[in-house]
Parts: sequence; structure tokens; C-alpha cells
Amino acid sequence: MNSTSQQAFRVKARGSRIGARSVSFTFDGKTFEGLEGDTLASALLANGVHLMGRSFKYHRPRGVLAAGVEEPNALMQISRDNSKTTPNVRASVQEIYDGMKAQSQNRYPSLNFDIGAVNNLLSPVFVAGFYYKTFKWPAVAWDKLYEPFIRRAAGLGEAPTEQDPDRYANRFAHCDVLVAGGGAAGLIAAKAAADKGKSVILCDENPEFGGWLLSDTDIRIDGQTGEEWSAEMVRQLLAMDNVRLLARTTCVGYFQQNMVVLNERVTEHLSRPNVELPRERMWQVRAGKVVIAQGAIERHMVFPDNDRPGIMLAGAAQTYLNKYGVAVGANVGVYTACDSAYAAAFDLAEEGVTIPVVIDHRDQVSDDIRAQAKEFGIKVITGAHVYCTTGKLRVNSMSIRHHKASSGSEDFEIDALITCSGWTPSLHLYSQSRGKPQWDEATRRFLPGESPQECVSIGSCNGTDELADIFVEAAEAVGGKAQKPKIEDDVPTSSGMVGATGTSADKGKAFVDFQNDVTAKDIALAVREGMHSIEHVKRYTTNGMATDQGKLSNMHGLAIAAKLLDKPIPQVGLTTFRAPYTPTTFGSFVGHARGALFDPTRKTPIHEWAVEQGAEFEPVSLWNRARYFPKAGETMDDAVDRECQTVRKTAGVFDASTLGKIEVVGPDAAAFMNIMYTNGWDKLRPGRAKYGIMCRDDGFIYDDGVVGKLSSTRFHVTTTTGGAARVLNMMEDFTQTEFPEMKVWLTSTTEQWATIAVQGPKAREIVEPLVSGVNIANEKFPHMSVAECQVCGVPARLFRISFTGELGFEINVPADYGRAVWEAVWARAEPLGACAYGTEAMHVMRAEKGFIIVGQDTDGTVTPHDAGLSWAVAKSKPDFVGKRGLQRPDLIAKGRRQLIGLKTKDPKKVLQEGAQIVADPEQSIPMKMVGFVTSSYWSGTLDQSIAMAMLEDGNARMGETLYVPMPDETIEVEVTGTVFYDPKGERLHG
Amino acid sequence: MLLINCPYCEDDRPELEFANAGEAHIHRPKDMADMSDEAFEAMFFIRDNPKGVILERWRHAHGCGRFFNAVRHTVSDKFLKTYMAGEPRPSDDEITELMK
Repeated sequence: MNSTSQQAFRVKARGSRIGARSVSFTFDGKTFEGLEGDTLASALLANGVHLMGRSFKYHRPRGVLAAGVEEPNALMQISRDNSKTTPNVRASVQEIYDGMKAQSQNRYPSLNFDIGAVNNLLSPVFVAGFYYKTFKWPAVAWDKLYEPFIRRAAGLGEAPTEQDPDRYANRFAHCDVLVAGGGAAGLIAAKAAADKGKSVILCDENPEFGGWLLSDTDIRIDGQTGEEWSAEMVRQLLAMDNVRLLARTTCVGYFQQNMVVLNERVTEHLSRPNVELPRERMWQVRAGKVVIAQGAIERHMVFPDNDRPGIMLAGAAQTYLNKYGVAVGANVGVYTACDSAYAAAFDLAEEGVTIPVVIDHRDQVSDDIRAQAKEFGIKVITGAHVYCTTGKLRVNSMSIRHHKASSGSEDFEIDALITCSGWTPSLHLYSQSRGKPQWDEATRRFLPGESPQECVSIGSCNGTDELADIFVEAAEAVGGKAQKPKIEDDVPTSSGMVGATGTSADKGKAFVDFQNDVTAKDIALAVREGMHSIEHVKRYTTNGMATDQGKLSNMHGLAIAAKLLDKPIPQVGLTTFRAPYTPTTFGSFVGHARGALFDPTRKTPIHEWAVEQGAEFEPVSLWNRARYFPKAGETMDDAVDRECQTVRKTAGVFDASTLGKIEVVGPDAAAFMNIMYTNGWDKLRPGRAKYGIMCRDDGFIYDDGVVGKLSSTRFHVTTTTGGAARVLNMMEDFTQTEFPEMKVWLTSTTEQWATIAVQGPKAREIVEPLVSGVNIANEKFPHMSVAECQVCGVPARLFRISFTGELGFEINVPADYGRAVWEAVWARAEPLGACAYGTEAMHVMRAEKGFIIVGQDTDGTVTPHDAGLSWAVAKSKPDFVGKRGLQRPDLIAKGRRQLIGLKTKDPKKVLQEGAQIVADPEQSIPMKMVGFVTSSYWSGTLDQSIAMAMLEDGNARMGETLYVPMPDETIEVEVTGTVFYDPKGERLHG
Repeated sequence: MLLINCPYCEDDRPELEFANAGEAHIHRPKDMADMSDEAFEAMFFIRDNPKGVILERWRHAHGCGRFFNAVRHTVSDKFLKTYMAGEPRPSDDEITELMK
């Protein structure tokens, strides 16, 4: 690699932010030297490089336009390695560090020669609304042509190919006053608030505080330069313990009730970041008062061929000179409609840069300016405009014409052209706070109106142009005392123009929006084609829709549209600004919430035992449950088959701790249960349990579970694993708001009880010796009994209950004893030939018995009657949740889908869950679907596949043959009942 | 993120602690079984979606667990008032006053 260390455009006498140390980096593979404190843009400019990117649509060569976040052209891919690479970084923001790799984007094969530039020749085709006009038909072209074409052409930069190894942090903070923007206004407000004892956070997107004061070397505040004054303010603020200063921190979003989100870039500027530090930090700040001091953004002039590299904002040129010690050219033309550009021209002239001419779009400039220009020997032409520029990869000339002249032009040779059409107050945060910008006719700009939240705009973003006034305004905004210092050489920025210059006959493209390649003619076309609201113009032309969100282009686009519509600007409207203010990384939003920290993982007390046994797990809501316990060489199907058959022949032990559990207690507990569940609870005796169904008031199944009645005032309610929280929420809703007079209390006990299910013919033999305090002989403790007793000497609630169809017990013990009791049970179970089984075997066995799983066999549109559970719906109760809903006409209509069983004609064929069922497989597509499969398994016990399905009029179709069409075959099925195994239920009572 | 005052905790807490529970002051009649289909539809399914003031329920789900009512402006998202479940609906005059 060849190294360029000349930095020929470095101006040693200037550059307040630049250090002496050299920093080496690469741009498109070539090594460059910059200085400590440089941005990528300033370092490249110091080396005479203006060409930094290609435009999105036409692939036109582009140089850097701005010196801040508004930069639309110089977007770079910044990399450390394959995992640490970031696309679309603005070169004007990225600070250089040793070893940084920068790549230009949107060009192939190189920045100087880009094949995509052919789009520029085709530009008559790519006009506004091109997508809407072109990608319409034929339909087949979508898949084959348009979609792949758009996919390839769209998007800027490249996403990292490897996982991001960095950490991102998130912090919450509260303060009395948050000041967004650390320029003059922000510093004054922060100091005034801090002096009053307020807690203050002051943030600025730049590495240093001072804002525009650092770019303007002429101004004096009580004799101090802007840089000296800012540094002194920062020193004072740092010394106060009620102030937090956040540099490199962008206020990206302003949300309700003064919640403001800040993005702090902690290590993006460091060559070798401390691994202890996060890469970025997202602050969520709740502020008592928000002070918006965003400043203003300079606008470019809109004239033909205004996008050649070397053409840039005058204020940016001034910033590059004064902050970074870089001259943007040797022979710099000026085209302006605002006084501020003269200051840039004079500063450059002072450093020996030739200023061949200043073209002022206005007819008049002040005598003062004329006199100063004369001193520098700079020619000023007023009432004129630039109508043409030349230069392929860098501007080399401009042609000018007086407004009144029809011809007669003058040409100037230049190597850079700086322009300014005025300054746009930044209303982004104000607009995000839901404020409505107001049009100020006198200065022809939008300004903040009323503040809908506790916030205030100050300084340039509030249209306050004079620094002396800002001192008063900023202090008073926070209730502080205003002191007006002596200000010298303040350049006013309120003058200017909006819209395009020249005439419609001019050749060349006059860019309004650089990043999306929107020209003045595109906006005119949009208006001609009927887009009369700025919202429509924006979407039709994509003006302001790029990653810079129209920071430069919005006002110009609006003015051009308004002129063509012959309407005042405020009547055409301003689009709403949205968060984030600048592009913000996903990492910053995600923060710590990824990988293991994305969501909590719930584990039962028996979890580690299952891990030790080599169980495979599956997520069930937030729980991680043992799915099956494979032995050496077993597939999942093998293991599940073995587990099911062991349970049916001998016994199995199952960790059911995840079941939701709610303790319902109180004198009105039974009455409450009568309301919440479809079943009746009055007749249930203490010591007995019952299967209950819960509906919503619309009559659809919400949850189910077995409920044990421990006493006349106490129920042990179980819910589905995933439904526990919502069931408790609904119960709370009814106790608190509909039946507040009921004396009933609800407590979630899911995590207080470990639940061990022992199922199978030998279940009693396993459990009996461990139990004391209750006789669990068959006749003494029949199916659906519950008792408070001891298991292994631990207080327990023992249920005789079955979700497998076998003789079964469920032992509930306090969670802390869960593992010990499990191991005691296992010590008895294993020698008897029993197995531990997981959720998959549990699913197969419950399906063999036709037990539903809410959420799998029901989907929120299934009533208890649809699910074959009419027996569980009380007829005589005056009210229960869902009673009225169940009488709705549609719910009692004929033809509803009902839960039935399916057997495949080929017993080896297992259906897919979700597969659709048809009556006639020969009909043409789309076929009439009569139902769908909800559960489907291979049953090793029955040596055949079994399934459950929701089927129209299912109960009336028993024995019918139906069809399940799949992509490669049609499977014949027979409609059956849902109970495939032990239909009489004799095994339960063993 | 909204800041919500729980009338039971008497404190402003972040929205993360709360769950919205739909429109407030919808009465579930005791004699529901006898409701006409139209009355049931109006009670259970039909909800207001105003641009402006809405009376809605929230639950301090990750706090005290209580359901309560709130007067919120749907444009500004400002909470004009929160009050306990069972308290009467604020009068139109009171809402007008709150919006000032």
C-alpha cells in the first residue's frame, strides 16, 4: 500500500480540535494520515479527497457536503473486522483512530469508476414515482425480475456477516433539567439551571461542547473567543456535582411525559477500546423539564449540477477550517443567499485560499460586507445565480448569470464551491414532542409553537439568531438570571432563501435531496401528477425519506411544491419528524437483552436432575421443560415410544411443577369458583378434585385444569403451564371489579409447589411407602381425591389424578423439597422398572385418552361444546363467565367445527399438525376445507398413528372417510371418537 | 414510556409496571343470562376509540396488582386523572376542567 502523508490542505494556524499526533487509517484500501481529533471527512479533505461516495439512485460521484450529522453523501462502511463493521456511517461524524478501515459504498468496482453510473444516463426513466409506474405488471415479473432487481439495487452498505461481539448498555436516569445540545444556548441554560441547584444532564452529539462557537473564530464574548468561553463553561459545569455532561451523545427520541432517549457512543472513536466498556449506551431519561437547544442546520443552494464533489456547505467549509485546520480547496467559489457564507469566505481568504468570486443570490448586501470583501480583494456579484458547473469527479468550473439577463454568462475556474441558502431551525425534537411548528412569515421559516410537554426551545432552533439574545433567553428558560455579556462580531444567520434557483429551462439536475437523488424537477413532476400535500410529494419523490430524514432537503422541497401550487408554504404543510433523530444501531436499542438475557428462563426445582440424566429440553412459555430422556443410541421417537409404553406397563415419573397453581381462599371461594368456571362447585366435597373449564364472557375456552377442594373455603386450582398469569389476571379482574363484595383471596403458588406426577399400574406401589397421614388404598383414596398429608415427612398435597389414563398420583411439596422428594420417588420407581418421562410422552398419552390441551386443540374460537366437554358446563347455575356468550346465535348454530379423532387408513402414516381436511380430494383448488388437524402422534402403545382435529359437524361424521391433501400425497383418514385407548377408563381405577 | 400514577400506591410509576385492561365503566350485569343479543353485543364487543379523552382501565400488574381507572387523552397520551376501581365516572364538567 502506498501511503499519502502530505495532508496538503492542512492549515496549521487553525484547527481548535486537532492534536499533533498522526493517526493512520485506510480509505478504500489506501492508507491515509490524519491528525488526532480529525473526523474521517476532515482527514480526507486534508489530503485533498472530496470524492467520498456515490449517490443511491444515479450513482453520481459525490463529495462531503456537511460537517455534521446532516451529511447526506459521505456514507461509509467503517470496520474493525467482519463482526465489527457498520454501514452508512457519516464521514463527517466518525472520528478517525489508528487502524480504522473505511470503505465507500454503493459503487462497483471502484469509487472512481462505477458501473451503476449508467443509471445516471437512464435518469429520464428513473423519474419520481418510477416504482409506482414501472413495477406493476405482469404479475410473474415480480418474482423473476422486479423483486430480485429491487433487492439487489436497494439498500446501502453491508450488514456484518458475524455476530456482534460488543456489549451495549442501557441506563435509566432522572433529572430536573435535560438540555439537548451543548452549543452556546445549551451551555448557558445548563449553567443557569445548575446554579439554581437543579440536577442537570447536558448532552451533545459532538465530542466537544461549544457547537457553532467552535467554528466561528471571529466572535468575542466579553473579550473571549467562542472556544475559550465554551471551555470555561465546561470547566465550571464539570466542577458541579449536580451536572452530568454527556459528549458523543445524541438525543435520538423525545417521547411522552418527557421521556427522552439518548444514544451515547462510548468507544466508536477509540483505536483499542477498553473491553470493560460498552460500545454504546442507551439512556432513558425522565426529565422534569426538557430544554431543546438543537441549533440550526445550514441549507444548500438548489441549482443545476449542485452535487459535484467539491461543492459543499459554506458553514461546513468554515468548520473544517476552524475546527479541523483544513482548507476545502485552493480556489473556492462562493454562492450564497445568506450573510454567514461571507464569514467562511473571509476566513479561507485569511489563510491564503483564493476566493475568485462571491455570487450572492440577493440583490443587495450590506455596505459592511462589501467593505470587508474589498479588503480581502474578493469580487462580489449580487443578483446572480450559478446555472451550471463542470467537472466529473471534482468541480472545476461554475457558470453564472444575472437574474435579469437572458444570456450573457461568466465562467469561473474553481476547485471547490461553497453555498448557503440560509439556516433551518432544527425542529426535530420539538416535533417529536408532538409540538406543531408555526410558520414565521417575517423570516420565512418554521419555528416551535406551543410546547405540549414541559419543554422549551432556545437558541437557533427557536429562531433566536443573535448570541446576545440567546444569553437572555437560555437563562430565563430555566428560571435563571439573565446576564447580557458584550458580544462582538456576531454574524446574523436569519437571511436566506428557500427553493430552487434559476429557470425551468436550465439543464442539469438541481438536487434537493442528495441522498435519495431527488431533484427540483422530480418535485415539479410530482405536483403535476397530482400530489398536492407535502406528505404525498414526500412519498412520491422520496424527498426527505433517506437516512438523513431531509435535514437539508425538507424546506427546499416544500418551497418548490408550494410555489408550483401557488400556495403559501404553511398551507402545503410540513411533514412530522419522527425518532430517531439520527440513525441508531440495533445494538443500542437491544442493550443487554440478547442471548441468555433476552428473556428469563424458568426452571423447576427438578430441572438439574433432568439435566444430569441427559434429558432433552423444550421451551414452554418461559419454562424450559424436559421433553424426553433418551438412552444411549435412542432417537426422540425411540425414547418417547419407550417412555409411553413403560408408563402403560409399569409406571413413570414426570415433573409437572410448571403447572400453574392458584390458591383460592375465603368464605366465598366456592361462590367465586362458580362464577369463574363453567362447572358447578357446590356439590364438590372437601377432599375431592374436579376438572374445570374456564371461558371468557364470549363463551370460548380460556383455560382448563384440575381443581382440588381442600376445605369449604380453600381450593387448590391448577392452570395450564402457559396460562397461569392470564388466568390469575382474569380472576383478579373479577374479584376486584365485578364482585368486590365477595370475600375471596387469590395467591399465585406456581413456584411454591414442586409437582411430581407418578403414573402407571405400579404408581401406588411406588408412592405408598413415602406417604403418611392419609390412606391411599384404592377404595379409601379413589380417583379424583386430594389430601393434605406428608410425603417423605414433608407437608404435601397429594392428588389422585391422571393425565395419562393410568392410575396416577400427583405429589405437591414445597419447592425447596422438590428435588429431595423427587429423588426419593425415583429411588423407589427405578428398581420397579419405571422410567422418568418428558413432555412429549405426556402429550402422546393424553392424546391417546383424548384429553385436550388448551391452546393446541383450542384456538380461542372453540366452546366447551365444540371440544366435546358439554358435560363440564353447568346448566342450572344462574351465572358464570361465558354463560351468556355460549347462547350467542353463532355459537349454537349448526355446522360448527367439533373436536373429533382421526385414524389414518394407513396406520403408519402420521398426519401433520395443522394439516387441512377435505371431503372430496378431487375438487379443484382452492378446495373447501372442512377442518384441520390439531394434535397428531405416533402411538407406540396402539401401534398406529392417532390424531385429533376440529371438523365441521364432526360429531355427525363418525366413521366417515375424509382426506388430508399434502404436497406430495393425499392421506385417507377415518373420523373416530377422541378416546383411542381404554375407552371405558378402567385403568384409572386400578 | 408513559408515567402512570397508581391511585392505590399513590405514586408515579413507569408504564413497564402496568398492563392496559381496556375501556372502563363497562358494567357486567348480574342478570346477564337474560340479556338480548344486541345488548350483549354492545356490552361485550363494542368499544369506543376516541380521538381525545378515553376512560380506561389499567392494572398495576407488576406492582400492587390492583385494577384502577384512568382518564387519558389519546392524542397527547396525557393522564388527566387516575382513580380507584368502583369510584364514579368523572363528569363531563370535571373532564373539561382536567383538560385545562
